[in-house]
Amino acid sequence: MSDLRKSYLFHAGVVVLLIVLYFTLPAYHAGNLARILVLAVYAMGYNILFGYTGLLSLGHALFFAAGMYGFGMAVSHLGLPTGFALVISLGFTALVAAVVGFLALRTKEVAFMIVTLMFAQAGYLTILYFGATTRGDEGFVLTQVQRTLFGLDLTQETTKFWAALVLFAASFLGTAALVKSRLGRALVAIRENEERARMLGYDTWQLKFTAVILSCCLSGVGGAAYALLFGYVGATFATVQYSILPLVWVLLGGAGTTIGPLIGVVFMFYLIEWSSNVTDAYMLIAGVVLVLLTLFAPEGLGGELRKRGFKWLP
Amino acid sequence: MTLLETRGLTKTFDGIKANTNVDFKLETGQIMALIGPNGAGKSTFVGMLCGRIPATSGQVFFNGKDISALPAHKRIALGMAYTFQITSVFGNLSVRENVALAVRRAGHLPEKQVQAKVDAVLERINLAERSEQIAGDLSYGHQRVLEIAMGLAQDPQLFILDEPTQGLAEAEISEFVALIKSLAGKTTILLIEHNMDVVMRSAEQITVLDAGGIIASGTPDEIRENAAVKSAYLGTNNAEG
Repeated sequence: MSDLRKSYLFHAGVVVLLIVLYFTLPAYHAGNLARILVLAVYAMGYNILFGYTGLLSLGHALFFAAGMYGFGMAVSHLGLPTGFALVISLGFTALVAAVVGFLALRTKEVAFMIVTLMFAQAGYLTILYFGATTRGDEGFVLTQVQRTLFGLDLTQETTKFWAALVLFAASFLGTAALVKSRLGRALVAIRENEERARMLGYDTWQLKFTAVILSCCLSGVGGAAYALLFGYVGATFATVQYSILPLVWVLLGGAGTTIGPLIGVVFMFYLIEWSSNVTDAYMLIAGVVLVLLTLFAPEGLGGELRKRGFKWLP
Repeated sequence: MTLLETRGLTKTFDGIKANTNVDFKLETGQIMALIGPNGAGKSTFVGMLCGRIPATSGQVFFNGKDISALPAHKRIALGMAYTFQITSVFGNLSVRENVALAVRRAGHLPEKQVQAKVDAVLERINLAERSEQIAGDLSYGHQRVLEIAMGLAQDPQLFILDEPTQGLAEAEISEFVALIKSLAGKTTILLIEHNMDVVMRSAEQITVLDAGGIIASGTPDEIRENAAVKSAYLGTNNAEG
């Protein structure tokens, strides 16, 4: 079987497995699935930039929040139809990404991390500053009408899951197609050795800019979907914690693997849940586990899989 | 026909002059070696040709077109290929993917043809058996050969090689010289080289740089007899010996 075929089967298999899990898991866990899948979309966006292009952003909460507020404010403040508001949200995220990308890509490495972190903080403070409109930390809740898309009521558990699954599957298969494409391979070349890529004639600045736009837009879609499915928009999602989370998810799950973001989100979700049942000091347990994983599986769980017999994992 | 020309090319690093007013011409199809003592400014000079190092002043012409203002990737796209003095490959990717990246950028071929071309290049350079190996796992010599393969894969008009034989074994050096000769006529080659044996065997023309400027240029025989060259290499003002 060719590697490409294995990869197709693998990606289709993951989607099928998620459907099977939804029907077989106890209701509580099945309910968690929608949230996990939406957060995985956010992480997949992050992975395009960090895992495949090698650019470490510490400010992705800005784009998650841009998608979330772009959608939330378009439906609640401007009273736009849900579908149209999603388009507005995507456009808004792309605009923010273009501005931040244009400026941040003048820097490299640590400076890039700091600049993206600062932009995200500026975004967070902007939301607080216009608290009268954005409702700041308190946030605002979306109504059932605002959460109905194409006649589907997304306040219902079942529709919520299917919507999250469709979005996840599209992003998952889309990322797989991207990394196999000419563009995706050029991004990997930049991650591996930017100077060599440039001296092969690749326009590395333009490629990195494209990666920023794709990554941020996908993360923004995650933010918009979060608001749509769970009905809440708040400044918490723009805090630095939400910039660190996708980094941790992707690192744990396996940076530069398509499955990594999902594994990372599931792992962290249940690690925190399990450890908070054991002790109040759950972050201590989570921290120790994270340290152990970084020590013994530095390429993340997906990276370990790739090393141990699944070489074809994209 | 002149493929490459520089006029008054100068590079200053914090007041230290690496190249001063270099006027240089390279004819199409020629194999030119660029030699000179350590610190003569050879790498800086070729760095300015392909855009890796921005020039302080002066102009570069490629195929008669002024390319002084073009960034590196655009110059490469015009038909230059460059191999680094310090080996620079995609260490975590397979040998095949390394070469494929070079092929994909240069032509807009469908993936099947890309792979066919990769096979042809690897065959030519004796790396075919190692195509699935991770580039970083190759021996130093093979990594250097891989880098040359990445240059060849671009079908360049001008191939700039910065000390390609450094660290290669005798047998590999002979293969390299044969390869360079097989490109003669089709590809113009600018070779920075310390190994005089390689220079004398492969180059048709030699340009000698010293202290940032050209002190001589001519055929290998002319350079061998040139007094200024002897003086630069031997450090004597008396050029009799």
